[in-house]
Amino acid sequence: MKWRRLWAITTKELRQLRRDRVSLGMIVGIPVIQLVLFGYAINTNVRDIAAGIADQANTSASRALVMDMLATDVVAPAASANTPQQLMEMIQRGQIGVGIVIPPDFEQRRHDGRPVAQVLVDGSDTAVQAVAAQLAQVPVDGAAPDPRAPARSTPPEGAISVVSFYNPERRSAVNVVPGLIGVILTMTMVMFTGIAIVREHERGNMEMLIATPLTSAELMIGKVLPYIGIGLLQVSVILALGRWLFAVPVRGGLLDVYVAAGLLIVANLALGLLISTRARSQFQAMQMTMFVFLPSILLSGFLFPFAGMPKVAQWLAEVLPLTHFIRLIRGVMLRGAGLAQQWTEVAALAGFTFVMMAVAIRRFRKRLD
Amino acid sequence: MSARPPSGVDTAIRARGLGKHFGGLVAVDRVDLTVPAGQVYGFLGPNGSGKSTTIRMLCGLLLPSAGEIEVLGLEVPRQAEALRSRVGYMTQKFSLFDDLSVRENLEFVAAIQGVAQAETAARVDELLARYRFEDRERQLAGTLSGGWKQRLGLACAVIHRPELLFLDEPTSAVDPESRRDFWEKLFELADAGTTIMVSTHLMDEAERCHRLAILDRGRLVADGTPAQLAGALAGRTLLVETATPRRVLEALVGVAGLLSVVQIGSNLRVLTGDGADPRRALRDIEAALGETGLAADVTEVASNLEDVFVAATRNGSRPPERAP
Ligand SMILES: Nc1ncnc2c1ncn2[C@@H]1O[C@H](COP(=O)(O)OP(=O)(O)OP(=O)(O)O)[C@@H](O)[C@H]1O
Ligand SMILES: [Mg+2]
Repeated sequence: MKWRRLWAITTKELRQLRRDRVSLGMIVGIPVIQLVLFGYAINTNVRDIAAGIADQANTSASRALVMDMLATDVVAPAASANTPQQLMEMIQRGQIGVGIVIPPDFEQRRHDGRPVAQVLVDGSDTAVQAVAAQLAQVPVDGAAPDPRAPARSTPPEGAISVVSFYNPERRSAVNVVPGLIGVILTMTMVMFTGIAIVREHERGNMEMLIATPLTSAELMIGKVLPYIGIGLLQVSVILALGRWLFAVPVRGGLLDVYVAAGLLIVANLALGLLISTRARSQFQAMQMTMFVFLPSILLSGFLFPFAGMPKVAQWLAEVLPLTHFIRLIRGVMLRGAGLAQQWTEVAALAGFTFVMMAVAIRRFRKRLD
Repeated sequence: MSARPPSGVDTAIRARGLGKHFGGLVAVDRVDLTVPAGQVYGFLGPNGSGKSTTIRMLCGLLLPSAGEIEVLGLEVPRQAEALRSRVGYMTQKFSLFDDLSVRENLEFVAAIQGVAQAETAARVDELLARYRFEDRERQLAGTLSGGWKQRLGLACAVIHRPELLFLDEPTSAVDPESRRDFWEKLFELADAGTTIMVSTHLMDEAERCHRLAILDRGRLVADGTPAQLAGALAGRTLLVETATPRRVLEALVGVAGLLSVVQIGSNLRVLTGDGADPRRALRDIEAALGETGLAADVTEVASNLEDVFVAATRNGSRPPERAP
């Protein structure tokens, strides 16, 4: 391996990228768009969810509370009931997404500072879940609501308690953004490298390149190096926007976040290279990227809780780099864990990279047939 | 240029029984080639005759389906990697980077071809001057015109001073002036000892090669010096001078033993078939003309490479071509 040749490939790639406005735009555009779409779709973009109301107290204060909740516009009254059980049945039938229960001892509870009302949520729909958090923040006259209304499966200390069925984990932007780093990196890194090599085939540059002393390893490593920097840039964009728009915390070390992201980046770049040795056109490279991307999104634990998946899906998920990254990054960003504590995930990502890279370099032939 | 004659080999390329098929399609069929060192060797053939495929096999970029190749004393494809730094290859399709400037392309190729770092700047400057790129060195390669692109391709292909240069139809999209210029450069390189194998389907280019091989549908149908090849056709080319070339042309359609009849200005150029006796063909032509009462003057003329090309690539069983 000659460093000069490797570096020549890297600088060439950077120069080309600098002159390619579309790719440059995608590097920043994809994270921004995805973050905004995922973040808001899950958090606040919910409107007019069918709500069932069981006001068992029926005092002027309880009616005022219900009106306040409806005034948020996130729920619209769809049915009324007498008991929480009736509301639960309606949720089960899918007739309503949210049930609001005001118990008979509402006035007493208000006086004692205990939770005065209960919001029942169809947790099978993540969008509906976010609604509960909003409703729970509606201030109750005379009570002292917890302004943070922490989202837990145990009843919070706020004025209104939230009970979530089917999905006790209760996701929110805070939970989504760390995973989103992984999703965005998986999509862009695999695609960029896949395309970067296939494009040289399509434009005819490859025939010139393989007729020179350049080795497969020099070509492949030289080509992906710039994308490590680009991936880290994307991570920075997501972290900054996540903090600014959704107040997503980084509880662990920032360096750990970047190291974890770096591991996922190289894993995906290696996968992209492998794809590039198979794909014959940029379109095929895109298709193959999707072939990896969809299972990653569905199985990695990003959208659905890992524990709830069937065994086979879990095994499959263990092969995907995104699964390990999501565990790693949630640990670092949300629980403040260090990388050393999660060394198995680190090892899994490193191992994946090594195997993919080795296979890609072996598969790449300096030949046209 | 300081390219030295290849050390110890006077045959740059030797191929025996070379063959390549893509699935059922036979692209190259049992081709034997011997290219002497230090010469400009032409590779002539119509579209799809297997020129590019052969060159790619000689470079080690395609695996031959059959046959043996030895290039600069190395066995290809087994020792192809060792060959890379000693040959230059200019692809048929422009293969440099459209979105890099002329200078950036040269610097890139210099780096991957292993030109010493200390020498690179001087070598790039030298080539920029030699190929007259001084005031275009910052221009993006994709915005160059056809002739300039080809020049850049040549400059990049020779940057590491290869002993052997493969050029695949380097001038097919280039105007005559630029083409002359390009060939000037080729002879400069050949003078300095570089062996050049250049494919083309242009007769004036073929004429300038030291030797050439003609390929037709994957088969090697002729090879030798241009003079030898033309000389081999002696007697088979006839010139028909007439005031009514279109009508004479029609009259000649039925005559047996004619390989091709083409109109050139107001004259017709006739090539007689391989097996046919030229004298008999001449009599047949005169008889045919006599029947129709057309006045024409038939004389034997020297054959040129175009005749060689037609004779080599036209299957005798096909009817003579009628000029459009
Ligand atoms: N990779 C390939 N797969 C299938 N067929 C191929 C491939 N490459 C070449 N061929 C076929 O092999 C034959 C010879 O092609 P080749 O490109 O060598 O011809 P050529 O003499 O270079 O023609 P041209 O003057 O048009 O460049 C053609 O019929 C072509 O379609
Ligand atoms: Mg060709």
